[in-house]
Amino acid sequence: MNAAGIIFSNLHDRHIPELTRTRTMASVPFACRYRLIDFALSNMVNSGISNISVITHNNYRSLMNHIGSGKDWDMARRAGGITILPPFITAHANLSSELYSTRLEALKSIAYSIRELREEYVILSDCDVICNIDLGEVLRAHIAQGADMTMVVKRLPVITAEEKSRTVFETDGTGRITDCINQPEIGLRERDVSLNIWVATRTHLQNAVQDAIAHGYVSFTHDIIAKHAARRNYRIFRHHGLYADIHSLAGYYKESMALIDDYARWDSLFNVERRPILTKVHNSPPTKYALGAKVKDAMIADGCHIAGCVENSVIFRGVRIGPGAVVRNSILFQNTYVGADANLNCVIADKGVVIRDGVCLAGHPDLPFYIDKSTML
Amino acid sequence: MYKKKTCVAMLLAGGQGSRLYTLTEHVAKPAVPFGGKYRIIDFPLSNCVHSDIDTVGVLTQYQPLVLNAYIGTGQPWDLDRSYGGVTVLPPYQGKAGGEWYRGTANAIYQNLHFIRRYDPDYVLVLSGDHIYNMDYSKMLQAHREKGADVTIAVIEVPLEEASRFGIMHTDEDLRIVEFEEKPPHPKSTKASMGIYIFNTDLLTEYLIRDEADEASAKDFGKNVIPAMLADGLKMYAYPFSGYWKDVGTLDSFWEANMDLLGEHPVFDLYSGKRVFSRNEARPPQIIGASAELSDALVTEGCEIYGKVEHTVLFGDVHIAEGAVVRDSILMGDVRVEAGANIAYAILDGGCRIGAGAQIGRDRAEGGRLTVIGAGTEISPGQRVPDGAMVAAGSTEYQKED
Repeated sequence: MNAAGIIFSNLHDRHIPELTRTRTMASVPFACRYRLIDFALSNMVNSGISNISVITHNNYRSLMNHIGSGKDWDMARRAGGITILPPFITAHANLSSELYSTRLEALKSIAYSIRELREEYVILSDCDVICNIDLGEVLRAHIAQGADMTMVVKRLPVITAEEKSRTVFETDGTGRITDCINQPEIGLRERDVSLNIWVATRTHLQNAVQDAIAHGYVSFTHDIIAKHAARRNYRIFRHHGLYADIHSLAGYYKESMALIDDYARWDSLFNVERRPILTKVHNSPPTKYALGAKVKDAMIADGCHIAGCVENSVIFRGVRIGPGAVVRNSILFQNTYVGADANLNCVIADKGVVIRDGVCLAGHPDLPFYIDKSTML
Repeated sequence: MYKKKTCVAMLLAGGQGSRLYTLTEHVAKPAVPFGGKYRIIDFPLSNCVHSDIDTVGVLTQYQPLVLNAYIGTGQPWDLDRSYGGVTVLPPYQGKAGGEWYRGTANAIYQNLHFIRRYDPDYVLVLSGDHIYNMDYSKMLQAHREKGADVTIAVIEVPLEEASRFGIMHTDEDLRIVEFEEKPPHPKSTKASMGIYIFNTDLLTEYLIRDEADEASAKDFGKNVIPAMLADGLKMYAYPFSGYWKDVGTLDSFWEANMDLLGEHPVFDLYSGKRVFSRNEARPPQIIGASAELSDALVTEGCEIYGKVEHTVLFGDVHIAEGAVVRDSILMGDVRVEAGANIAYAILDGGCRIGAGAQIGRDRAEGGRLTVIGAGTEISPGQRVPDGAMVAAGSTEYQKED
């Protein structure tokens, strides 16, 4: 495929400060065995992209650990593969020589590596895009329409205050973008909401980034899309499948639980022919359900040992749940230990949390009780 | 110039495993799946890695495709090395013609040039037929401390079973004084585990000599070991006391899988060093509202809505609501439709069990082990009697429309 990939790994860290205290948004664990970036990475790999850059600026140890050599995505390549781009020449990024905070600043900071790309097209994606999409189809539409950039959108209303952080595109009748709105008004009308996945013709992207450096632009939507929409051929591509992004811890909780509640969502994400979601594989043994275990409506990874009761919960790798323990409506990250007769409801336990025998903890679906990494209770 | 290797392992993986019947119809015995996400060969390979042995020759012969593909570059076992690592060694054509491996000793003989590449002091010979965790480096240490020429790992077996094994008689210092292959009246209970450490020069010498002997069956147990013993070489037994199971028959294969279950499993995958295997990226397990799981090993990709008891499930097994699976092993990608009942059975990969079908009979009621070959479709409502061996892809239990 004549396209390179670029993934932004840090942009939305502030949406879920709890989970990104020690990691990037890209490496936030999701759905038992994945990290959020797996969706963006798999979408690219499944579309035949073999050269992917991941831009990052802080907390990226977990991300590097997850990606490793890229072999789990078949991307340990001699040419191309996955490259992590840590902060570099930040003088280009903004004037106060701090790390970038916007998408455009991130792109400015890697202007040098965009210049080095040999592919004619670039596919860019945020890291918190939970969807399974054929990017090849987007690229073909982009080429067929002779577009400079093609933004993937989904028809959605903007309802909650959180969703106001989404970007909405206005188009003429033919799918050509005429305007770009940040902070859209709340309303029930369906709009073309940006998925923050887009295709750009490389030369156009390169020029836009150079122009932004020269003029000190900071906003991709405002300084590039809105400004150039009249002169440039910017288009939308409508995605009809499942899409979720994450704006808060409660949103994270809701999206995780939705995969258990609605099998169709699960199916459209994980059981798509020829488009598996790939992730780093561990060598966990299979999960063991002991005599007396009671499990229903649960999503469970390998390497767990379950002796208690689990209901409507998401259980990551290596979790141990003791006899008599009851885990309901909860999300337990890797290696959580739940002691005998403990009782959890609406809890999110980060990696390596230890909950002693008999401890009771409860939150609410709108305000899940979050337990920080490696806490012992 | 690379430095020489201390020890090179040669893993005999050419076994047909004919007593596993349909399970080895299309794969070599070491490639038979085991324990939810492993294949038998994962155990000796992982043992090698955990024993700091990074050069392994895998000798294949029978149905090697699956095994070769599984081993690949050796990456899952960290054996993708630029010098050493894992090398698959099939029989080959040489200048003077080629031939199949005619016995365990002949297989190693034909690959002496592989061993010479690494100039090792010791050669560890293993078989790919057993389930166990063992640290070979301790055995090597014992070999060196004794100043031995050959060390053979032995395990205590019950006297009544001893006649199935090669039996060692040792003196107080564990030096082997006599060796009997499958003796009718065993004098000892120290059984050979088929794990040998040889000093390389001696092994080379005896393999060349054995090859020249036309009467020889070219077998370690039958020819090479007795010849060494007759020459008075310093041969020692190395006693091993952990879990070790030959999975050469369907019954022992079933038992070994069941040994992973229970509150205190006989063989615990969770304790000790982790067994490495080639993992695929499958989605997590889905356990539905109607599921009942008890004493079960379940692997990624499974979707469970039925009842599962005392059973090992491999990846991507789907069990529909109302189906009951008990005392069984279901390999990858098996689908069990609503209301089907599976009791005391082994279902090889890709089987489709139609709604309401009855496979086998409960072990508690005296049922015998039932085995269904890979990719077999059983029509809804069909009954497969206990003790049946259904060949892979058989249409015997398909209803005609």
